[in-house]
Amino acid sequence: MNWFTRVRNSLPFVAKRSTEETLWVKCPGCSEMLFTREYEENLRVCPRCGHHGRIGADERLRQLLDEGYEVLPQPEVAEDPLKFRDSKKYTDRLKQARAKNPHRDAFTVGSGAIEGHPAVVGVQDFGFMGGSMGMAVGTAFCQGAQRALTRKCAYIVATAAGGARMQEGILSLMQMPKATVMTRRLKEAGLPYIVLLTDPTTGGVTASYAMLGDVHIAEPGALIGFAGQRVIQDTIREKLPEGFQRAEYLHKHGMVDMVVGRHELRGTLASLLDYLQPRAAA
Amino acid sequence: MISYLEFEKPVAQLEARIAELRSAAEGDDVDISAELRRLERKSADLLASTYAALTPWQKTQVARHPARPHFRDLVHHAFDEFIPLGGDRYYGEDEAILGGFARLGGRRVMLIGHEKGNDTESRLRHNFGMGKPEGYRKAIRLMEMAGRFGLPVVTLVDTSGAFPGVEAEERGQAEAIARSTEACLALPVPMVATIVGEGGSGGAVALASAERVLMFEHAIYSVISPEGCASILWRTAEKAPDAAEAMKVTAQHLEKLGVIDRIVPEPVGGAHRDPATAAGSLAQAIGEELDALAGRSADELRRAREERFLRIGGA
Repeated sequence: MNWFTRVRNSLPFVAKRSTEETLWVKCPGCSEMLFTREYEENLRVCPRCGHHGRIGADERLRQLLDEGYEVLPQPEVAEDPLKFRDSKKYTDRLKQARAKNPHRDAFTVGSGAIEGHPAVVGVQDFGFMGGSMGMAVGTAFCQGAQRALTRKCAYIVATAAGGARMQEGILSLMQMPKATVMTRRLKEAGLPYIVLLTDPTTGGVTASYAMLGDVHIAEPGALIGFAGQRVIQDTIREKLPEGFQRAEYLHKHGMVDMVVGRHELRGTLASLLDYLQPRAAA
Repeated sequence: MISYLEFEKPVAQLEARIAELRSAAEGDDVDISAELRRLERKSADLLASTYAALTPWQKTQVARHPARPHFRDLVHHAFDEFIPLGGDRYYGEDEAILGGFARLGGRRVMLIGHEKGNDTESRLRHNFGMGKPEGYRKAIRLMEMAGRFGLPVVTLVDTSGAFPGVEAEERGQAEAIARSTEACLALPVPMVATIVGEGGSGGAVALASAERVLMFEHAIYSVISPEGCASILWRTAEKAPDAAEAMKVTAQHLEKLGVIDRIVPEPVGGAHRDPATAAGSLAQAIGEELDALAGRSADELRRAREERFLRIGGA
């Protein structure tokens, strides 16, 4: 069955209009038109160029955790404490983001196991206001860590964020030390904390919990850095080096332990967890 | 020679007029002392009322004033001794972040802070107060040493942000900041941080994750510069005054939000008008905070530090 037959066969079952929009997807890496179902079956990795597409929290949890995991409820936090407004009200931006996302904010926690190893997995979703870290993200991160402390198991966090959520001003900045309080508690409890850096991870997220893991794994090609590329370019007024701030570049400079493709992530995490077993409680 | 900010123009005009009268009166037998006194009072009142009602954007300008006292000025006026220590032991010495042993009215402390520099030469040497990974790693080294020798840690925060450069990224700017924040939280000794000028983003929080956080009256503390926020959310840096307003960057706002604990008063017209007095208020405030924390156990101190951050947004 060639591609044309496959496409034609699936046509009668879907309205024509949605067909055009949902049947095909353009690879953000090589612009190849890909058959959506195959792209999704391939974990949103382009079969042609290997580009790792961005994925939401639910999909990430499904990919990493064994079946039957529990999704923690999103924390209740003060909403729009600064009454922030730019060209739009922050509350309207939140409403819009929620209309397009199954979750109330950008950080979702799943509690379960990875190939039998007990684990709590936190996922930051770039699709929700650029994954930006505000009080809801910081608090959800902490709740995930707390669940790992209670279960005495590993905490794995997939990061993705443009940075802090400016609409929460200083309160978003304060999530950096807040999250760090919890990574310290995991360390003190002898529990492993693994960071999975996904595209993109920048700003205050990188400069706090994304860089404090026992092991740092990055997805291929992921943009990872502290300062934005435009800001750096404006500062140094030179061309940025080839592959600057990409996963492979960070690996070369000693900031991540390994670059691992999405298909191998689960297996890699499972083998790491086999070594990073919590010490027996004294 | 004072350099005036845009909104200080009416004050500048009055002060120029006073200076003019003074020089004209020299060697003249006309008595203008009454007129001078009247003008001086008027000028002082105007300065006081202007500074009592500064907008967030005006405060941003005061916090960045070229003549604002920086780390070395404040240390010179407020501390009795400062023995700088250099280097991170891995890569180099970063003069954007200074640190070392210091004495504050008989108290021995570890003093760390950003230095912006006061003229072209020193600004370049101190990289305008923008720390690199080696600067934050030096801070970590000094904090760990302070912990081992029971020295309270005092920090003076004054940075527009950590340095955004290729080499800083390659050497792990983000990791260095994260570890420095972690080092603050791990301290078994008291830590008192003061935002003395600009508290810019992660580069500031890395030295400000303390149980007591103070702020100079006209300092600002924010997650991103007003210009940066404006260019992202309003798509033009010209909206910086609106961004400063919306982000609530002033000491007065942040005290209400519970992000800082205490505001250190500045002389009328800002710290740059009288650095010695500003430094004196700072020394007194830090001294009182250190005395209040003295005698607490390592666990109590860490717990207090953790609680202050965990409660922001709930946990």
